[in-house]
Amino acid sequence: MRQSEEDREKLGAPPAHESYLTDGTTVMSWLNTRDHKRVGVMFLVAVVFFLFLGGVFALAIRMKLLYPGPFLFDALTYNRLFTLHGVTMIFLFMIPAIPSAFGNFVLPLMIGARDVAFPRLNLASFYVYLAGAVLAVWAMVHGGADTGWTFYTPYSTTTPTMLFPLLLGVFIIGFSSIMTGINFIVTVHTLRAPGIGWMRVPLFVWGIYATSVIQVLATPVLGLTVLLVALERVLGFGIFDPARGGDPVLFQHFFWFYSHPAVYIMVLPAMGVISECVATFSRKNPFGYKAIAFSSLGIAFVGFFTWGHHLFVAGQSVFDNGVFGVLSMFVGIFTAVKVFNWVGTMYRGAISFKTPFAYICGFLFLLVFGGMTGVALATVALDVHWHDTYFVVAHFHFIMVGAVIMGFLAALHYWFPKMFGRTYHEGWGLVAASLIILGFNATFIPQFLLGNNGMPRRYYQYPEHFQALNVASTAGATLLGFGFIIIFIYLVIALRWGPRCEQNPWRSKGFEWLTPSPPPTHNFDKIPHITQDPHDYRTHAPSGVYTDV
Amino acid sequence: MSEAAALPPGEHLVHGTDPHLAHHFSSLERQVDASRLGMWLFLSTEVLLFAGLFTGYAVYRYSFPVAFAASARTSEIWAGTLNTIVLITSSLTVALAIHFVRAGRQRAAVVCLAITLFFALAFLGIKAIEYTAHFHEHQLPGRYYRFEGVRLPGAEMYWALYFLMTGLHGLHVVIGMTVLAVIAWRTAHGYYSAHYYVGIELAGLYWHLVDLIWIFLYPLLYLI
Repeated sequence: MRQSEEDREKLGAPPAHESYLTDGTTVMSWLNTRDHKRVGVMFLVAVVFFLFLGGVFALAIRMKLLYPGPFLFDALTYNRLFTLHGVTMIFLFMIPAIPSAFGNFVLPLMIGARDVAFPRLNLASFYVYLAGAVLAVWAMVHGGADTGWTFYTPYSTTTPTMLFPLLLGVFIIGFSSIMTGINFIVTVHTLRAPGIGWMRVPLFVWGIYATSVIQVLATPVLGLTVLLVALERVLGFGIFDPARGGDPVLFQHFFWFYSHPAVYIMVLPAMGVISECVATFSRKNPFGYKAIAFSSLGIAFVGFFTWGHHLFVAGQSVFDNGVFGVLSMFVGIFTAVKVFNWVGTMYRGAISFKTPFAYICGFLFLLVFGGMTGVALATVALDVHWHDTYFVVAHFHFIMVGAVIMGFLAALHYWFPKMFGRTYHEGWGLVAASLIILGFNATFIPQFLLGNNGMPRRYYQYPEHFQALNVASTAGATLLGFGFIIIFIYLVIALRWGPRCEQNPWRSKGFEWLTPSPPPTHNFDKIPHITQDPHDYRTHAPSGVYTDV
Repeated sequence: MSEAAALPPGEHLVHGTDPHLAHHFSSLERQVDASRLGMWLFLSTEVLLFAGLFTGYAVYRYSFPVAFAASARTSEIWAGTLNTIVLITSSLTVALAIHFVRAGRQRAAVVCLAITLFFALAFLGIKAIEYTAHFHEHQLPGRYYRFEGVRLPGAEMYWALYFLMTGLHGLHVVIGMTVLAVIAWRTAHGYYSAHYYVGIELAGLYWHLVDLIWIFLYPLLYLI
């Protein structure tokens, strides 16, 4: 408290205003807010709920897979469960998780803005998301779909399950994603505070910016694709129907043109979180700031040209397979650039091993191994062996899910004091982090082995000799579940009874800590004039002075 | 470089003096820039939405060149041509509306927007006549295709794409009309002036995109 008070006095800032949490306490003041921080908190609540829902589906699948034969529920229910697990986790949790919840909250703070560029659009994106989510949940309650989250034709155009409302839900959620993306791009372009040139934009903002570009350019194609499938189901247009001259593989091209870049919509924000946390908890300037920033853009760019690696066995030409394989490996290069720079940031830093740092370690492990298996999968010959096996499942859970979960939890712990002005129990934080990292590896390392031994994904039954590894995987998933329950308990306790914290409990030099924690409604009484790079730990001077703008 | 985001002198407005200025922007110029950038980004999403259909057209045209050419011969070329003229003219009138409001002539701007709306309505009317003719001839997508004139594999795919592309475009015309109507109403009530007219500008941009997409649809569906 002392240091930050002194800082404020030195900077000539007026005393702190009422926090955004207490400025209007009615339900309507939240539901009708234009404040990016409140929208972010509402998104956070929603995505945590869907993380829980998707997690319950996942545990149900894992419980069934304890036994090789029929168990607990029938095959159709099993198919519905893995579809709903995928749809919930991808469209309702991972895509909005970090950008819409934490991006909304900290991005304007990080660039010294009072709000995002279009506050009403921001609120609208939350309600559009909710509308899509309600429709998707309605479809789930009324039986759900059994196509897998990829909705491959021709099965998706013929299945009798409730696919139509689910597709419509995904279509609507896409609009929310586009709105958020447009808002963030415009905000970064037009609302940076004086002194924040492009090479002073915090690395989390770079990550969100690259994400937003993908959201804006890729999501419309998904919207069109699910629309075509829906039209084919309802009206029989035959675009993907071979009997009418249509090509089902065209669906795969369209679908992966969005859904492969969508992987980077999920993981780039997580990388941004890690970039922030690494600098803060190593108390060192980010090593290779420009390399980290531009590799985010590089991933966003090259991510648009890799979709064909999902079609290696779908009858794509050998030439195309080779080109898509090589292009996919470029992602590995950009990712490695980031990994080396993060490790370089830690090197000779003053590391404080707090909960977010534990998640950084988990993130690095999962990203490196998930990434390396990804490069292996991008080689056509190996992919033919691994295609549609548990190896692929384990790979994308490592790189996509694991990295996002680690980034999400690091963000949640790192910015919890910023968002709510209270601190959680550090000891329990580390316990839960160890459980989650351990549980995650215990869940998916056996799946790598299963896949390599030839166990196909999405099958209801399996040969008995796969049982031991499946039991190990389920045990890991249970650990993971316990980890999440512990986090939920201590964070809820911290929210209500946690000790109040000072403005900057981590002594971070990120720009978002220049405001009080929790911030007042309009973030800054005076817009700060930034005089240093983000996370400049070489000096003790404050990062900005307040101007009269 | 690092000072690039600092406010240049002169671009400074005291808050509370302009009713159009939102609290989180430092100046009206910057706010208008933000709106324009947002609109251009939105237009890029529209382009990618249609890009999927154009890709589909390319793929199936390549698969069924004869059926597509034969089907295009049986489309209502006169209606397509007339609609092209109507839509391009409406782009002119919406551009004139922006010109007039910049010159401070709001009444003339409202008249131009009204003419644009009239052209849009005419476009939809001509399209409706065309659709009716197709329905009578059973020139319909997928399993509904019963047209006797062209019995080639792939003809039903041409009509599937025809209805998808013109239908999605028609939906955009309707959305554009709604936007233009709101903007015209606001202009008539003095919301826009030579000092602040970004709404008309953005509506105009959207309308030009609707026009531009049609300019690509017309040759693909009627001429080649």
